[in-house]
Formats: sequence, structure tokens, C-alpha cells
Amino acid sequence: MSEPEAPVPSPASVMRTHLTDGQWHHLHPVTPLLRGGIFMVAVIGFLIANLRERLIELFTGEDHYSGDPIDAIYQSGATGWALLIIAGVLLVLIVVFYLSWRMHTFRVSGEVVEVRSGLVFRSNRKARLDRVQGVNLSRPLIARLFGAARLDITVAGQDGNVKLDYLGSKLADGLRRDILHLASGARHVELPDDGRLAAYENASTGSFEAEPGAGATTSIARDSAEAPNAEAPNAVAPPLMGPAPGTPTTEHSALVGFATSRFKDLRAPELDPDFAPPESVVRIPPGRLVGSILLSGFTVFLLLAALGLTISVIAGSSGWVLVAVLPGLIGSVGYYFSRITKSLRFSIAGTPDGVRVGFGLLSTSSQTLPPGRIHAISVSQPILWRRCGWWQITINTAGQAASGSSPLAAILPVGTLADVAKVLQLVLPGFDTDDHRRLIENGLLGGLKKNAGIADFFSNAPVRAKWLRPFSWWRTGWAVSGPVALIRRGVLSRDLILVPLARMQGVRISQGPLQRHLSLASADLHTVTGAVTASLSVLDVDEALVLFEWMATGAVRSARADTTHHWSQIETPAPGVVQ
Amino acid sequence: MKDHPEATTEPAEGIDTAKTTEPVKRLDLVDAGQWKRVSPKYVVVEIVGTIVNAVVICGGAALLWLLLDQTWAMWVGIVVLVFSLINLVLEPRRVRAIGYQLRRDDLLFRRGILFQRFVAVPYGRMQLIDMNRGPVARWLGLADLKFVTAAATAAVSIPGLAETDAESLRDQLVELAESRRAGL
Repeated sequence: MSEPEAPVPSPASVMRTHLTDGQWHHLHPVTPLLRGGIFMVAVIGFLIANLRERLIELFTGEDHYSGDPIDAIYQSGATGWALLIIAGVLLVLIVVFYLSWRMHTFRVSGEVVEVRSGLVFRSNRKARLDRVQGVNLSRPLIARLFGAARLDITVAGQDGNVKLDYLGSKLADGLRRDILHLASGARHVELPDDGRLAAYENASTGSFEAEPGAGATTSIARDSAEAPNAEAPNAVAPPLMGPAPGTPTTEHSALVGFATSRFKDLRAPELDPDFAPPESVVRIPPGRLVGSILLSGFTVFLLLAALGLTISVIAGSSGWVLVAVLPGLIGSVGYYFSRITKSLRFSIAGTPDGVRVGFGLLSTSSQTLPPGRIHAISVSQPILWRRCGWWQITINTAGQAASGSSPLAAILPVGTLADVAKVLQLVLPGFDTDDHRRLIENGLLGGLKKNAGIADFFSNAPVRAKWLRPFSWWRTGWAVSGPVALIRRGVLSRDLILVPLARMQGVRISQGPLQRHLSLASADLHTVTGAVTASLSVLDVDEALVLFEWMATGAVRSARADTTHHWSQIETPAPGVVQ
Repeated sequence: MKDHPEATTEPAEGIDTAKTTEPVKRLDLVDAGQWKRVSPKYVVVEIVGTIVNAVVICGGAALLWLLLDQTWAMWVGIVVLVFSLINLVLEPRRVRAIGYQLRRDDLLFRRGILFQRFVAVPYGRMQLIDMNRGPVARWLGLADLKFVTAAATAAVSIPGLAETDAESLRDQLVELAESRRAGL
């Protein structure tokens, strides 16, 4: 394909892959197959449905399949035509698939990632790397078998994703690291020793263990003095996408190598064990995960439904209700199964380029959230979990608004208080002094009533709020600590909401007639749309005014001090970044 | 590093003076500056809107009642009529209660009498500014300005500005946002 555009010069740094050189690249060759997978399944399903009798006959050896399409064709003597048509259709399909693969190209340069696709309707999508909200690497089951992965680069806005599906698994890993590295604004270079790079190249032939844990050293060193050294190994790049054997091998050993590499890939831990410091890694024991999913509102609903059903069957005698409801019950088993397989092998870890969340047993997914991309955090405990002491952490990010129910909304599906502390430390770096820890604990467990004697760090709703919130008034309160606003609320489901002021979009206080009568008001901290809403339903009028001023000034001040859009550039902020 | 709000001095001062006079019940920014009001002509837009609404609903209800003999429709119509009349009486006050301020770093907006609300949006959070003109507003030479942020709920909409005001305010806001640009 002729490329009219001149390649955008990439920063003089050594990347893990050759993909960030500003040139156009193709996706993994099996892409059309994986993308057209559903279509294929539909076609095969159609064929099977039509030729069912013939298939049965194949095994039983009896001959009563007259009347199916093949028979009809055979009878009318149009076999040749039929074969010709089938061949033609296949040819067209292959050509179309090939062309669409050929035309689907992407490039990554220092500032942007760009994707071009489409045969008839060309589309071209470009995203600025410093606006990246997250990088999601997912491996659906089928793609995993082929050693392919999907890279999703999330930017804010409706449908604002740049999708690279599919890439070779290792390549996708490397590209993710590179993109994050470029986005971090770290313009200096890490000089990989040759052994490591060689190991990376070999990695495409199979052995997972050979994959270097180099990421931990990526991008943190901000020493620009290293830059001159960097030019040299630029020419070295891993060979091809996908599991192409790097060394000449016999056919047989290549096949075996492919199979073992696939098998290892399937068994490999989602998170590169060397990549993140182990003390920052949170994992969930499968038992707890299953328990948490069973102890949900859905189970209660199911039990109530079952109870109602039993009663109605006993009382009403007719069994048709059972028949009507049974499919739903079977469906709910499927629901549990998918929830559990999706959340198994969950891990969250801090990496130099942000928080990495990975999950999934069969289809895996792992998302990296660069620092400063989290707009609101909610730590909550449904009442059913209280006895077990489990908590859940949900977040708002700008990218997830597009995809609706993003799987990532729950950054910690279930965890103990210790896990919560760890995760909060990851998502709110610098928020981990003893004072902060006490504040968080207070927000999770405390309340006005409970610690009457102990100092409560929260500004609570007054007693008269009882009229509007008879049960939860004593837990309703707020606090500001440095760059973070905290809201405590809820009794049945205990919630603590943390909003980084640098990400807050606005603040609102309001008062209705009832609240006016009681000298109360309510407050909302506006964040990007998501699962978390930071609102406080009752607080004292004067408190509301204080809160308003605090949030308004705090938001401006924090936003001005915020440099996370190029998060590794802390020491030398580029001119015009902060202003 | 915890900053308890009560321990602060600066924002709390205005509140303390208010406390000494009366137990405040109304939500009001005591130490806020001068509010800019929207054009008084905006009352007409609201009144026309209310009347059109009332006529449509009451007309529909009357048809249901007279032609199809549905008595409940009559009650619906009466209720809507009464509320519309109350609305019409309150409209001028309600429009007077709309106000905005351009503070140093954020846009402040207030609205409502019975249901009051105050919104502060930092300029740097601006994503775009919308200018809308309905038919009645255009006839009166008015325009609405909408300040949109990344949060769906935090859009501040200032209705009923004279067109020239709206345009200059829009340019001013864009300029302010540009000079205080922040990330998302």
C-alpha cells in the first residue's frame, strides 16, 4: 500500500516494540477471522440446521433425508453450479476479509495514536496520547487460543475509544507499555541491556518466563542525560506479529512450540509478576469472591421469588407458574457463572504508569489507569456483607461513560479493610498518612452516634436532619483533606465517597422547602458520569455554605497544581501545561 | 494533613456574622458579590411557555372530557390550570431570582426561590459553550447560554440574556477558560 504521509518522527527512545515508530502497521492476520467469528458461527449454525438429517444419516447410515437443499440440488443436476457459487462466495469473502485487513492500519507516534479502517467508507480516528484515560488489554477466549489480544485505548467522551483488535498477545503487551510510556510524557529513555531485548524477541516464540519484567524500570527515571545513548538500539525490533517462530525449526517442532506457547499463555498469570511491586498487589481468594457474589441483592430476590413460587404452587395447585419461571431460574445460574468466571483471578496492582486491574478466567481483561484519571471513588458495603467485613470499591472514569456498564466500574469487587486501604493507596497516591488512614476508617465505620466521645473528623449533619433521614442522619457527613473531598453516608449500605478535587467538575448546593424549614440543605459534587454520585442529601445550611466555598476554591487550586496529564513529567513541566 | 472545615478562618467569617443576627434558614451566599441578573424581558418567554403548556394540556383534557366523557380528565385539566396560574403569578419573582457572577476562577450561578440552588463551576472545566435561541426569545432579542463541562449534571444554563450580552459573555468565558485550562 502506498503511504502518502511522511512518518511522524517518534521520540528518540527505546520502546518495547517496533510499533511506535510513527509508521503504519497492520493488525494480526487472524483479525478478520476473530472479528467475523459471530458471522461464521451463524453461517455454520444455519448449515447445520438445514443439513441436520444428512448429518444424522452420516452416523446412522439410514437413508431418509430426502427434501433437504443438497438433495434438491442433486436431483436437479445443478451440482456444478452450486459448487461454483459456493466457491465464488468463499472467494469473495476471502478477498473482502483480506482487503479489510489490508486497509485496517494504525500508527503510534510521540503524540497521537491513529487508526484507519474501512473498505468503502474509510474512517480515520486519531487520539492524543496525553488525553488517554486508560488502556485496556482484553483477550476473549477465542482470541486467546490464537494468541491474539485486543487493545482498547480509552479517551474521554461518547464512544471515544481507539480499538486495535487484534494484535499478537505479546506485541499488545509491549505496545500497551509503550503507549503508556509515551503518554506519561517521560521523554528520556531507558536503555535496555541486550539480553533483555533478546529475551523479548524470543518471547514471541513462546516461553512466557523469558518475558522480561522490564516495565518496572520503564519511564520512572527522569534522567534526560541518558538520551544520547538511546539512538543506537533503535533499529532492533522484534520480527513479526503473532507467534512466528524466530529460529528456523522443523514443522513439527514449530507446531509443538505453538501449542505449548498457547498453553502457557492460557495458564500464565494475568499480571507479569515482576512488573509491579508485590506489596502493592491485591488479590481476591476465589472463596470470598464466590461468597460475595452469592451474598448479593440478586440472591435475595431469587430466594424471595422461590419462596413466592413455592407458596403459589402449594396454594394455587396449578403448575404452569413453575414452567414459566423455570427458564429464568436456569438463566440465573448462567448469570452467577458468568459473574464468577469474569471476576476470578482478579488482581489489582500499582505500576509506574498507573493502576493495573486484571480479571477474568476464560476471557481475560486488564486495564491500566494512568494517574489522575480517576474522578470519583466509592467504598461501599452492602448490608449482607457486613458480617463478613467485605467492601467494594467503585470508581468513575471519563472513558467509561461511553461503554455504559464497564466491567471496570468495580476496581475492587470485594475485599477486606486491609485490601481497601491498599487499593485506596494505589488510586490516591499520597493519601496514606496515619491521619488519612484514620479519616478513611472513620468514614467507613464511624458516625456521630458511635464515637460520641472520640473526635470525629467529619462535619456531620445536625440532629434535626433526623426528620428527613431517620436512620442515616448520624452517618451523613463530609470532610476535606488536602486535595480530596470525602463524603460519608448510608446505614444499610455504608458508603464513603472520595472525590479528588483536581478532577471535580463543579459543586452545587440546593435547598427545598422542607429542608428550609429545618435549616438544612443538600450538596452535590459534580464528577464525570459513572457509577458513583457524590451527593450529600442533608447538611446544615451554614455547613453547606462552608462546603461550597471550600470545594469551589479547592477545585481551582488543585486543578492548577495538577500535572497528571503528563504524569512522569513532574520535574520539568512543559511550558503551557500548567496555566 | 487533615483540614477540618470548622478550623478555617477565611470562608467561615461571613457565616459567623450571619449566625449572630438570626438563625438562618434560607440558603444564601452571604459574602457573595454583586449578582448579575438576566434580562427582565425573559419573563415573557417563561410566561408564553407556561401558557402554551397549559393550553395544550388543558385542551387535551377538555377534549377527553367533553368528547369521550372521561371525568378524571376534567380534574387533571383543573389542576394543571391552577398550577399554571400560580406559576404565572410567581414568574417575575422567579426570573428575578436567576443570577450569575463571574468570579476570579469560577462561574457562579443561582436559581430558584422555593427550590434554591447555587452552582460553582471552575472556568478551566469548560468543554464547550452552547448558545440557544427559541422562537419567543429570538423575537425579544434574547439568548440562552449553556456552559457545558465533562460532568453531565454540571452544565450551567443561563437563560434570558440580551443577545449582545450573551455573545460577549460567551467570548469572555471562552477566554477565561482558555487562560485557566486544566485537564479533564
